[in-house]
Amino acid sequence: MKKSQIKNTKWISEVIFLCGVLILWQLLYVLGVDILSLWKPYAMPSPAGVLKSLCALLSDMSLLTAVGYSLLRGISGYMISIVTGCFLGFLMNHFPYLRQNLRPVVMGIQTLPSVCWVPFSILWFGLTQQAIIFVVIMGSAFSIAIAADNAIRNVPVIYKKAALTMGADSKQIYREIILPASLPELISGLKQGWSFAWRALMSGEVMTTCIGLGQTLIEGRNLADINQVMLVMIVIVLIGILIDQIIFSKLERHVYQKRGL
Amino acid sequence: MSLVLKNVSKIFEDSKEDVLYRINLEIKKGEFVCVVGKSGCGKSTLLNLIAGLEKPTEGEILLNGNPVTAPGSDRTVMFQEHALFPWLSVVQNVKFGMKMARVSPKEQEEKAMKYLQMVGLAEYKDHAIHQLSGGMRQRVALARAMTMDSAILLMDEPFSALDKQTSNRLRSELQDMWLRTRQTILFITHSVEEAVYLADRIVIMSPSAHSIANIVPVELERPRHVYDAEFVEYRRKILKEVEGNQEK
Ligand SMILES: Nc1ncnc2c1ncn2[C@@H]1O[C@H](COP(=O)(O)OP(=O)(O)OP(=O)(O)O)[C@@H](O)[C@H]1O
Ligand SMILES: [Mg+2]
Repeated sequence: MKKSQIKNTKWISEVIFLCGVLILWQLLYVLGVDILSLWKPYAMPSPAGVLKSLCALLSDMSLLTAVGYSLLRGISGYMISIVTGCFLGFLMNHFPYLRQNLRPVVMGIQTLPSVCWVPFSILWFGLTQQAIIFVVIMGSAFSIAIAADNAIRNVPVIYKKAALTMGADSKQIYREIILPASLPELISGLKQGWSFAWRALMSGEVMTTCIGLGQTLIEGRNLADINQVMLVMIVIVLIGILIDQIIFSKLERHVYQKRGL
Repeated sequence: MSLVLKNVSKIFEDSKEDVLYRINLEIKKGEFVCVVGKSGCGKSTLLNLIAGLEKPTEGEILLNGNPVTAPGSDRTVMFQEHALFPWLSVVQNVKFGMKMARVSPKEQEEKAMKYLQMVGLAEYKDHAIHQLSGGMRQRVALARAMTMDSAILLMDEPFSALDKQTSNRLRSELQDMWLRTRQTILFITHSVEEAVYLADRIVIMSPSAHSIANIVPVELERPRHVYDAEFVEYRRKILKEVEGNQEK
């Protein structure tokens, strides 16, 4: 009862804070644009303007369509990243040769900002869905590979030894020991991978012409509608937070709690 | 069943000196053998060699006449730090070895519960590992090791991470368990008292010679009591040998 009360007041204070920020923002807009004319109206968004933008984009369904397409692309690219990333991580662990020679390369590629893949992907795939998905994969698969490699490597040796002396074969060691033992770290890696994938998705979408949040953003710029740009940015942040909180944080908490970590 | 070590030596790649030099030892079915010796004299190395977790540089290890080449469930190890799996519940941990051997679920359940009862933790079967105390964890590890029906059970200082009181209680429980099952056990400890309490024979390792200094049979009635005059005498005698080896 006490705990839920604390949670309630926390939630309320957060809402009050956000309302305060919105009011301040609107006041600043009125002061800076309408009264003092410091900024041009087309260069400064306002809460009211963003709200109007929201209504407009909701009424013609274009916002929801864009969110749907972006999510679909992001998730499919991310899924491919998980599979290839985990597979790469597994390979680097299984073959010392790859650990020694491939790992530094993967580490290097991982530091590359995902935008850098855009020219390549447009040359290979044109201004298509596939081009965007390619950027998403390149932007997240390598970080997942490194995370998976680390997670597997950090499995305490004693677990493997104990399992070996209980008669486990190498397949069982992977399934019954390495997979579950590396899970908490792997989930943290996947969470980070998603944030990379989501950012890469936006770099890809901004550069191509497929329907999606990135295009809605660019469209806002082309129409000199700063409110639309702002709205899309807010939506991108919200989706990022939502997926992080709803899926990954819950999963992480569940796995960690079960093991008393 | 018999375990035979013939002239077993071990040198680690990164060290020039032998850690073990020409060890000869035979353990018979139903025996409880304790290994004592100062820290760093190679007790754990000896156990790892028998377990198949390390390979001898020289000599051979034979279990029922067959050379030991890899780890296997006929030589289950119980480690000092509990090696229980935190992602499994108590009973799932106890079943682990049987699951690897594809024992039927019904038999897994029966046997797991039998040994959990023996260590007094049946009612904790669905607990998570992190909810148990150190002593309880080692009891679960013991139950898990017992389900394997290994030819020989290898125990590497299983109670030394526990406080004195708990470790005394656990060793007396281990003695009760052994009296009931007569499981063949090789038990490593740095506590002479623990060795005298548990062992049929005590293997005294010599750190200077990297080999066995002496093997002393303990001819005391079971259950044993640490305050009996005979017990104290054994303890004194072996302690002297262990310390004596140290000085040479
Ligand atoms: N993997 C290894 N590589 C190199 N040297 C090792 C390795 N394992 C053990 N040693 C060395 O072998 C010697 C014996 O180690 P071991 O762990 O067998 O001793 P111990 O008798 O079990 O000691 P303790 O009572 O402290 O557990 C030590 O000097 C140690 O440094
Ligand atoms: Mg040791």
